[in-house]
Amino acid sequence: MTVDSQGAVSTASTDAPGSAAGTSKTPPPPAGPKNVPKPPRGRRSLPGGVLPYLLIAPAVLSMAVLLLYPLIRNVVLSFQQVGRRELITRKPEWTGVENYTELLGDSQFWTVVVRSVVFTAANVVLIMALGTLIGLLLNRLGKKMRLVLSLSLILAWAMPIVASVTVFRWLFDEQFGVVNWLLRTLGLSGYEQHNWFETGFSTLVIVMILLVWGSIPFVALNMYAALTTVGSELYEAAKMDGANGWRTFWSVVFPNLKPFFLITTFLEIIWIFKAFAQVYAMNLGGPDRGSETLPVFAYIEGQGQFHYGVAAAISVLTIVMLIAAMSFYFRLILKQEEEQ
Amino acid sequence: MRPGTVAKNLAALVLAVVFVFPVYWMLSSSLKPQSEILSKDPVFLFVPTLENYPTATGVDLFWTYVANSLTVTVGAVLLALLVALAASFAIARMRFRGRKGLVLGVMMAQMAPWEVMVIVMYMIARDGDMLNSIPLLTAIYFVMVLPFTIWTLRGFIAAVPVELEEAAQIDGCTRGQAFRKVIFPLLAPGLMSTSLFGFITAWNEFAMVLILNKDKAAQTLPLWLTQFQTAFGSDWGATMAASTLFALPVLIVFLFLQRRAVGGMTAGAVKG
Repeated sequence: MTVDSQGAVSTASTDAPGSAAGTSKTPPPPAGPKNVPKPPRGRRSLPGGVLPYLLIAPAVLSMAVLLLYPLIRNVVLSFQQVGRRELITRKPEWTGVENYTELLGDSQFWTVVVRSVVFTAANVVLIMALGTLIGLLLNRLGKKMRLVLSLSLILAWAMPIVASVTVFRWLFDEQFGVVNWLLRTLGLSGYEQHNWFETGFSTLVIVMILLVWGSIPFVALNMYAALTTVGSELYEAAKMDGANGWRTFWSVVFPNLKPFFLITTFLEIIWIFKAFAQVYAMNLGGPDRGSETLPVFAYIEGQGQFHYGVAAAISVLTIVMLIAAMSFYFRLILKQEEEQ
Repeated sequence: MRPGTVAKNLAALVLAVVFVFPVYWMLSSSLKPQSEILSKDPVFLFVPTLENYPTATGVDLFWTYVANSLTVTVGAVLLALLVALAASFAIARMRFRGRKGLVLGVMMAQMAPWEVMVIVMYMIARDGDMLNSIPLLTAIYFVMVLPFTIWTLRGFIAAVPVELEEAAQIDGCTRGQAFRKVIFPLLAPGLMSTSLFGFITAWNEFAMVLILNKDKAAQTLPLWLTQFQTAFGSDWGATMAASTLFALPVLIVFLFLQRRAVGGMTAGAVKG
């Protein structure tokens, strides 16, 4: 993937046709073939040339100011007490690790941690399993059906987050929701006016359905794209050897696509774990703070309870957990880069 | 047709219906007359009407929300393209001290946990008297989409043979001219896919604007939609009309550019 153009030192500058790049306006050729002016070799300029630094400066500066600085400030803030009073006086109090000890001794925090981890695990297992199955199905469909299913997946994928949350609230509405109607029609009792948002658990189940529905297309379509790179002769060979579908998958498909599976799994873990809009907009973390996951918990501790220092500590701990998943992810990506 | 084929097609059809249903239900509910929305048994056949749409667009400040959303989205995307072009050219074509570190930094920044940084952003914005600021929001969205934009464009630039550039330089172009005339025209697909990603990210963003911009005049469409639903709780027709208005631009753009969005594992690819 990484085409590293720096290493290749071509001494004889080949005369590529000027029209190759589709530009019709080639400048007039130099006077004679003998005195070809040497092109400025900026590409191989010594480390220390100023141009590359000028080119990267805007990007580096903006990321430093708006990403790195807030991250550092976040850590600093987590060692301070900032409540309503400090907000007004603008003089935060240093409290050392108090926010952390308070959090780690707080049963509510642990409830949210366990909830977030279980919620993420359930989501990712469902997304990966169903996404893979649908990807396999896509691979074995005829042209027309494949197009129908792909289009439907793409529409689900493209739905903006807040719009899909609003629609799910309507689908699961207690009085006029189509889901209650469907369950009634199927002859199930108790769905006359079932309130799906009555408990935190039930709310999170709806959020999970939303996340799984919205995330499967990414996995399924990429799975299908990856499958097309595994030659069909491999399947044929496995079939000839009398392997059934299950065996073929585990002995032919999976080993070939292992990097894809691992990378996608970690991506999903990261995405689901830090999902905010889906969880918060569904029911504002309620009822009774029962559907809060870590990012929502941090937001509500800060904005709702005015415990900004504690909220920052929750953020730091959440980021630490994310970094664990990310480090696995980056190791995989770098390994893949090396292999190519 | 073999029985296996029938089963496969049937499964595909059921799945297609399941996945498209929420999108279809949003559209169809938005076109339903009031009387038919609030019926215990959903109506599937009806005479479509546009009566819900004026309710949705008639909300106070609706056009302010639209203008704000467009401003932050277009601003973030354009800034990101400009800054990323320069940076990705340097990364793809030059050697300099710190290049490896920068590449790693860009990769990590792609995974930045913005959703978990809202509290500290609030504190910073508050200390700098920058709450309810559209420029600050635009700047944050710009940095959100910048790493992905750099990464993608870097791939596209690296794919252009160096010889083309060198030839142009031999023909008397300066480096800048060579870039403009040789590389830039070949970047169109890259510019398209990164713009799409930037547009969807900024259009969708909810957490930052929720915490930073409490003033309605500085809010964007995602907030309008959630508040709309709170205010018009039982008016599902109008709420679905609002959702449709918000979702339609994205759905249309996505369908047009689907080929670019699918295939090829790009870290941090467009995702809902």
